[in-house]
Amino acid sequence: MIPVLLILIPLISGFAGFFIRNGNGAKKWSLFSSVITLLVSIAGLSIYNGKAYLNFDAEWLTGLGSRFSVSLDGLSQILSLLTAISFPVIFISTYRNEYKNAKNFYALMLLSQAGLMGVFVATDALLFYFFWELALIPVYFLSSQWGGEKRIQATFKFFIYTFTGSLLMLVGIIYLYTQTPNHSFSLDSFYSLHSKITGATQGWLFWLFFIAFAIKMPIFPFHTWQPDTYEQSPTAVTMVLSGIMVKMGLFGVIRWLAPVLPIGTWAWGDTASALCIIGMIYASLIAMQQDDLKRLVAYSSIAHIGLMCLAIFATTKIGMQGVMIQMFNHGINIIGLWVVVNLIERQFHTRKISELGGLAQKAPALAILLVIVALANVALPLTNAFVGEFLMFSGIYNSVATTYNVVFTVTAGVCIILSAVYMLNMIQKVFYGNTNELTQNAKDIYPNEKIILAVLVIIIIAIGVFPQPILELTKNVVDSIVTKMNYKT
Amino acid sequence: MNAIIFSAVWGIVMMFSGVLSNNKKTIQATAIVGLILLFIVNLLDLGGNHFINIDLHNMLYFETFGLLFNAIAFGASLLYFLLSSSDILKVGVNGAEYFALIFFVLCGVSIVTSFNTLLMLFLGIEIISIPLYILTGADKRDLKSNEASLKYFLMGAFSTGLMLLGITFLYGATANGSFFLDDIAAAKTSLSPLYIIGLLLLLVSMSFKVSAAPFHFWTPDVYDGAPTVFTSFMATIVKAAVFIAFIRLFGDAFGDTIQRWQIFVAIIIAATLFIGNITAVFQQSVKRMLAYSSIAQAGFMLFALLTLNTFAKEGIILYTAAYSIATIGIFAVLIKMKDYSFEGFNGLAKHHPTIAAVTTIFLLSLAGIPLTAGFFAKYYMLAAALQTGKFLWLVIFAVLCAAISVYYYFRIIQAMYFKEGEPQVLETTLSFRVVLIVLSIIIILLGIFPQWLINQIYYLYL
Repeated sequence: MIPVLLILIPLISGFAGFFIRNGNGAKKWSLFSSVITLLVSIAGLSIYNGKAYLNFDAEWLTGLGSRFSVSLDGLSQILSLLTAISFPVIFISTYRNEYKNAKNFYALMLLSQAGLMGVFVATDALLFYFFWELALIPVYFLSSQWGGEKRIQATFKFFIYTFTGSLLMLVGIIYLYTQTPNHSFSLDSFYSLHSKITGATQGWLFWLFFIAFAIKMPIFPFHTWQPDTYEQSPTAVTMVLSGIMVKMGLFGVIRWLAPVLPIGTWAWGDTASALCIIGMIYASLIAMQQDDLKRLVAYSSIAHIGLMCLAIFATTKIGMQGVMIQMFNHGINIIGLWVVVNLIERQFHTRKISELGGLAQKAPALAILLVIVALANVALPLTNAFVGEFLMFSGIYNSVATTYNVVFTVTAGVCIILSAVYMLNMIQKVFYGNTNELTQNAKDIYPNEKIILAVLVIIIIAIGVFPQPILELTKNVVDSIVTKMNYKT
Repeated sequence: MNAIIFSAVWGIVMMFSGVLSNNKKTIQATAIVGLILLFIVNLLDLGGNHFINIDLHNMLYFETFGLLFNAIAFGASLLYFLLSSSDILKVGVNGAEYFALIFFVLCGVSIVTSFNTLLMLFLGIEIISIPLYILTGADKRDLKSNEASLKYFLMGAFSTGLMLLGITFLYGATANGSFFLDDIAAAKTSLSPLYIIGLLLLLVSMSFKVSAAPFHFWTPDVYDGAPTVFTSFMATIVKAAVFIAFIRLFGDAFGDTIQRWQIFVAIIIAATLFIGNITAVFQQSVKRMLAYSSIAQAGFMLFALLTLNTFAKEGIILYTAAYSIATIGIFAVLIKMKDYSFEGFNGLAKHHPTIAAVTTIFLLSLAGIPLTAGFFAKYYMLAAALQTGKFLWLVIFAVLCAAISVYYYFRIIQAMYFKEGEPQVLETTLSFRVVLIVLSIIIILLGIFPQWLINQIYYLYL
C-alpha cells in the first residue's frame, strides 16, 4: 500500500492544487502535501520487513499483459526517500521566491513528484514507461513557463532529446514483451529472458535502452541539453532535474537494463564506460572555465553522474553498493548547492562568479554551510560522498568485467581532483577576497534557509560517519542485481 | 445494412429540409437528430436487430469489425456536428445540402466497411468521393476552394481509374471471372501476372485515397483549400473509413500472399512517415501543418496493413478513434481562430484557458504521449510490427519520426502557453466548450483504459 500512497498523495494534491485560488495557499498546500509524502516514505522504511505493505498489485491492462504493480525494495526505497526528502527541502528553501500563477507552478511540481515516485516503484515495464513520461511533461511546462530568457528553446531541446530516447526505449520494451513466454510486462518475466535472447540481439537492445537512460543522466555525447536546461529553468525545477530526475537514468540502468540484458551489458560495457570517462573529463574541464554558477554546478553534475554510471558497469557488489549510496548523496549535495545558488541569485540578481566576492564576511553562516556542502561534493572524508566514491572506486578497480579497470580508475580519479579544483576555486572567488559594490550590503541567510542547509549538512555528515543503515537497506538488492549481471551463457 | 439505408434516406430528408425550412436552427437540429438515430440504428445492427432482410447475393458482408468502426465513425461525426455544425452553415448559402452530402458520405462509409466484392468497394469509394469533391468547392467565392476542388476531382478520378483497371485485372485472374473477395483470395495459387498487376494497382489507388506517400501530393492543397470545417471531416472520418476498407480488402483478398507485397507497404510507410513529418516541420500555417500531420499519421496507421495480425486489427480501431477525436477537436478550435498561422495562437492560454487546455490534450494525443489515447494507438501499431519480428528498422524509423512530430505539435503548445500575444478568437458558446471537454475526457480515458474499446472487439469479434 505504501508505494501507492507515495504516488497518489502528490498526484491528487497536485490536481487539487490547480483549483486553489491564491498562490500563497498553493505554496502552503504543496509544502503540506510533500511533508505527508515524506512521513509516508519514512513509515515505509521502518516497516522494512512487512512485505504486504510494500507491494501492491492490481489488474490494469489485462489483455496487454500489463498490471498496475508497484513495490518497494532497497533500490526504490532509497530513491523514493530521496524524492520525498527533496520536495519539502525545495519548497522551504525557495519559499521566498515569487512566481506568476503560483498555483499552477506548485501543482505541476507535485505532479512531477508523482511521476518520479512512480518511476522508482513500478515493477511493470509499461507502467514504468508511463511514469517515465509523466514525470517529464510537468517539468517541461515548469521550465518553459517560469524559466529564464532562452527557456523555450532550451527546454524544448530537453524535451525532444528525452522523448526520442524514451521512444527508443519503448521499442525495446515492446520487443522484450513479445519475447516473454507468458506475454507479460512484469519485471520478473523480463528478468527471466536473459538466457532466451541471443547475444547479438541483446547487443542492439542494449543500445535502445542505454540511449534513453544516457540522455536522462546525461552521458556524453547526449548531454548537450543539460547545461542550457539547468541554466534556464527556475532554480526549484533545476533542483528536481539535477537532484532526482538524473537518477531516473541511473535507476533505469540498474533495474531495467543491466540485469535484463546481462550479455548486452557485458559486451558493450566498455564502450559505455569509455563514454562515461570522456564525459567526466570533458565536463570537469568545462566546469573549470565556467563563470556562471548554475552552469558550473550543471557540469560538475555531469562528471559525478558519469562516475556512478561507470561504477554500475564495473559489475561488482562493492561498486554497486557505492552507486546506491552515492545516488542518494548526490541528490542531497547538489540540492544543497542549488539552495546556495538560489540565495545568491535572489540577493544579487547575478550568477556570475566574477561579479561576486567576499561574501564570507557578510554572511558567515551561509559560508560555513556552503563550504561543507561543497566539500561533500568533492568527496572529502567524513562527508557522505566520500563513502560512496570510495566504494565505487574500489569497485571499479576490482572489476573483472573489464580489462581496462586500472585506466578507468586512474582517469576517474583525475576527475575527482579536477572537481576539487573548480569547487574550491568557486568558493574562494565567491566567498573570500574583498567585497565589492554588489556584495558589501549582503545580508546573511533567513532562518528557513539556514534550517534547510543545516538539515542537509547534518544528513551529509551523518551518512559520512555512519553509512551502515543505507548499506544494509540496499544490500539484498545489490546482491541480486550483481548476480543477474554476472550471468554468462 | 440499417446504417446504409438510413443514412441514404436521411440524406434525402436533409435535402428537403432545406426546401421546407429556411430556419438554420431547424436544419441543424434535423442533422443532429439524424446522426443520433443513425448511431442508434447501427448499434441495433451490432446487437442483431436488422430492420430489413434483403438477399444481397453476398455482395455485402456485415461483421462486427466493420460495424464497430461504423459506430466510431458515426460517433465522431456526431461530436463533429455538435462542435462545428453552425460553422458548416456559415460556409455558404446551401446549408442543408452540405448536411445532405455528409450523410451521403456516411452512406459510402458504411458500404466500404462491409463490402464483400470489389464492385461494392468501388461503389462505396465513389459514394464517398463525389460528395467530397462538392464539399471541397463549397466556398464558391474563394478561388483556393475552387482550385482545391478541381485538383481533388482530377486526382481522385485518376486514382479511381487505376482502381477500376486493377479490379478488371483481378477479375481476369480469378478462376471463373468473379469480383468476390473469396474468389480472389483463391486465385493466389496461380499467381498470374494479372493477379500481381491488379494487386499493385489496387495498392496504388488505395494509397492515393489514404494520402500515403508518394501518392500524397493532392492532400496538402486540398486540405488547405477546402473550407476548414470540411477539411476536418475529410481528414478524420473519411480517411479512417478508407483505411478500414484498405485493411479489409488486403486482409481478406490478399492476406495469404502478404509476403509478396509486404515490402512495398513497408517502403510506402517509410516514405509517408518521412515526407509527412519532415514537411510538417516547415509549415507556417497550422491548417497546412495539420494536413501534413494527417499524412504522417497515415504512415502509422499503415502499420496495420503491413502486419494484419490481431494486434493490428485491434489497434487500427483504436488508432482511428484516437486520431479522429483529437483532430476533430483541433480543427474545431482552428475554425474559431481568425489567424491560422502559429503566431495566431500566441497567448491563447491566458485569454482562453479552457480552449488552450483541451487543445493541449489533443496535441499530446496526436504526438503519442502516454495517458492519452494516441499513445496506445501508436503502441498497438509498434507492437503489431514487432510481433512479426521482421521490420525492426521500420519501427525504429517510425519512432524517430514520431519524435520529429513532437516538434510541430508542440509549437502550438509553446505559442499558447509560453508566448505573449492577443489571439483573435471568434465567439465560442458554452456548449462548444463543454463538447471539447468531453472530447478530451474521452481521449484521456482511452489513454488509461484502452481496454474498454478493445474489449468490444474481443467479445464481439474474436
